[in-house]
Amino acid sequence: MIKLEKEVINVKRLIELIVNGMSYEIAVDTHRTLLEVLRDNLGFTGTKNGCDQGECGSCTVLIDGRAVHSCLTLAMDAQGKNIETIEGLSEGEKLHPIQQSFVDHGAIQCGFCTPGMIMSSKGLLDKNPSPTEDEIKRGISGNLCRCTGYVKIVDAIKAVEGR
Amino acid sequence: MGFSVIGKSLPRKDDPLRATGKAKFTADFFLPGMLYGKILRSPYPHARILNIDTTKAERLSGVKKVVTGKDTLGIKFGVTGFIPPSFDEYALAIEKVRYIGDEVAAVAAISEEIAEEALDLIEVEYEQLPAVFDPIEAMKPGAPEIHDLEHVKNNISLYVDRNFGDVEKAFKDADYVREDEFYCQPVDHAPMEAHVSLADYDVSGKLTLWTSTQSPYYVHKHLERTLGLKESQIRVIKPYTGGGFGDRAGGMSACEFCAALLSIKTGRPVRISYTREEETSTSPRRHPMKVYLKSGVKKDGTLLASHYKLFADTGAYNNYGCVSINIPIEAMTVTYRVPSVRYEGYLVYTNTQPSGAMRGHAHNQPSFALDTQLDLIAEELGIDPIDIRIKNARQEYETSCSKIIVGSCGFTRCLEQSRDLSDWNNRKKKQKQGRGIGVGTMSFASGAAFNFFGAPSGYSAATVRLLDDGTVTVLTGASDIGQGSDGTLSMIAAEELGVSMNDIRIISADTELTPVDYGSYSSRVTMFAGNAVKSAASDAKMQLFETVAKKLEANIEDLEAKDRRIYVKGSIEKGMSFAEAICETMAANKMMPVIGKGNYNPHVQFNMLTGEGNCTPAYSFASYVAEVEVDKETGVVKVPYLVAAHDCGRAINPTRVEGQLEGSVQMGLGHALMEELVMDKGLVLNSSFLDYKFPTALEMPSIKSVVVEAPDPHGPFGAKESGEGTTIPVVPSIGNAIYDAIGVRLKEMPFTPEKILKALEEKEKRT
Repeated sequence: MIKLEKEVINVKRLIELIVNGMSYEIAVDTHRTLLEVLRDNLGFTGTKNGCDQGECGSCTVLIDGRAVHSCLTLAMDAQGKNIETIEGLSEGEKLHPIQQSFVDHGAIQCGFCTPGMIMSSKGLLDKNPSPTEDEIKRGISGNLCRCTGYVKIVDAIKAVEGR
Repeated sequence: MGFSVIGKSLPRKDDPLRATGKAKFTADFFLPGMLYGKILRSPYPHARILNIDTTKAERLSGVKKVVTGKDTLGIKFGVTGFIPPSFDEYALAIEKVRYIGDEVAAVAAISEEIAEEALDLIEVEYEQLPAVFDPIEAMKPGAPEIHDLEHVKNNISLYVDRNFGDVEKAFKDADYVREDEFYCQPVDHAPMEAHVSLADYDVSGKLTLWTSTQSPYYVHKHLERTLGLKESQIRVIKPYTGGGFGDRAGGMSACEFCAALLSIKTGRPVRISYTREEETSTSPRRHPMKVYLKSGVKKDGTLLASHYKLFADTGAYNNYGCVSINIPIEAMTVTYRVPSVRYEGYLVYTNTQPSGAMRGHAHNQPSFALDTQLDLIAEELGIDPIDIRIKNARQEYETSCSKIIVGSCGFTRCLEQSRDLSDWNNRKKKQKQGRGIGVGTMSFASGAAFNFFGAPSGYSAATVRLLDDGTVTVLTGASDIGQGSDGTLSMIAAEELGVSMNDIRIISADTELTPVDYGSYSSRVTMFAGNAVKSAASDAKMQLFETVAKKLEANIEDLEAKDRRIYVKGSIEKGMSFAEAICETMAANKMMPVIGKGNYNPHVQFNMLTGEGNCTPAYSFASYVAEVEVDKETGVVKVPYLVAAHDCGRAINPTRVEGQLEGSVQMGLGHALMEELVMDKGLVLNSSFLDYKFPTALEMPSIKSVVVEAPDPHGPFGAKESGEGTTIPVVPSIGNAIYDAIGVRLKEMPFTPEKILKALEEKEKRT
């Protein structure tokens, strides 16, 4: 006989999440973060978990155009809002100009912070297409990178085509 | 030189995967039936385990397995096997725990929450023992004994005493002698991806482990030993890995062992992901060190002798320590032409988090002492800090007092370039209030030529397979952990074969498929794996040349591979395409695949007994000049500008070299100004990124990176190391600049506002 095991603490709710323009109806535990649901339930593993405490920015996604830490956002609170993740930027083989610029400028080393860094950059450039160097640095100051020293990342953001 | 690929700033072929979130890191794998593991850690710095009761935890619904030391074979491991006693650690504690965070038990459950809940239900009865947290205290008679090992007295795991030249006489001959004491703090590697391992033990008895490691072959070997499996039963794969910096060069982590053991016990895949807190407070840190340095010089600044005493806190276990305590000799004898050096090194156990290798491994600490003291000496003798360095700078093809043969060396050029590009001479003369400049330097090995299991050497091997459409598959054990080795090695293969980098597919770091390479540590990959790939590509190319020479009735020596063609040098039409040459070669050999084999196994002679001789075939060099701005009211230091001049032999990929320099400056800046693992009785108090600060984009200086090329005959296309040694000059350059700015000399890292204000206060009292 198969013994079913369930987590006892769960209270599930049916919610609708709109991720990269697609609607997902999904039953989630009310205490789950958006990061957990994106990664574990919907398979958007491009969004990374670097600290789980809102300190490193690896989990950055855009909600209604604003860069947020998905590890500090409850999935329930993102209901019905427009969620953009790193997977939503490229079209087939064609990279988004920010992604292309990161590749071209050597702004990627290990690549773990890259998705969050690119989402923060997009959040910035969507609002302010011609930021100064200082605005760029402020815009990504919530995203930690331990490899690059940020120099090539700032270069890449400056050089985004059609920004 | 007419290179086609080398010297170009090309992205890695798979960088678009990293940019789009498609690159799979270990935590991105979900296997059917996968369980989640968690590790129970000691809450005490030093205690005897009297009993562990796991029954309540096992009864919790969703828990599949609980393991303790009793479920293991009780085999000790470590990193360095060539000094046998250095294996001193059980993956799960047996009898004793030795630091807060020592691994006691592990749980596999159907969710992370349940696994965590189960940890609370494991009942461990401890008898607390007296603990010691400072290496100097730990060496005193009567201090708590941390390891009951025959060769360990007073918690000294290893003591080395090296004597090169005639130190006593040299000090007598000196016009000026000074002694100083320095302290280097414990710092965390802080890679963005914390340790994570996914183990899958299947019904055929095979263990596959995906893990965030720098050295899959080390992990493989340690799993073999500690789990009692055969080499062929294990496959270790390094997927995309989020940085390392030495953090995961340490052989095997408890994360890897426990995931593997739990998978074996449950027959299901098990993934363990460290939390940031676990990562910071239990995985290795940089050795905290006390450094005593006495130097003797002539009036004109010529260095005559140095005597170093290093007290390295290895924490609860050796990890890399037995290597760490041996290798500072390079920093002490290679960078400058000092004819006599005595070095006493103490590797000391304490009840704290274990220390390991970290970017610039055991060089940063003595180099900070030397570079700071050189400035003190220069001031006393009225010599410019850069002039005293140029006077004593190592030159190419010299032999050090420690009998290290130095190959190519562009150190003087680095010093000159950093001086000129920072406008040193003018700035030294007229500096604004609170602003100053300072210099820091280094030399660093391009890979240690031994491995740590007593195998003949730390070689690298590679194979190259040529496909009939003219594309190439390179197989290498080298681990790209972000530094870009997959790209560098692809470029080396492309150059050697005369094809485009786009024609290269690289498969790396999979112990079932790829030839042996001991990993990404000691800045060895470009030198070792690079030479291995180059020789494999050359072997494959020669097979083509044989066929083509026969077809064209030409001499092999006259052939050239370039622009996807193989042809007689000077007449490009007399030849055939690379793809044709491959097909012809296969046809001529009964359709055998065209596979080139290569390895790199440099002949170096390091004497373990005396510490004399080379560990590595070549050294990189660097000189940095930092400019600082110190706020005397708040003690806050800013670094607006830094020139980094680095002799990396030849830059295979200039953008990647710059990236290493810029990342090194960031890390060094953190070490200089803000990073420190703060401990209270062995408990790490700042194990989150909120409390353990490292530089964001806002703190970064404007960096001028200068690649000084002094191609080395041993390096692939002349390349030497870049990336590890490059962290070393940052801290002393900032420390020396602070002195230049406000006249206070800080000998304890990091240079926090508190220390600066205190030093200013003391200075005021004196005057």
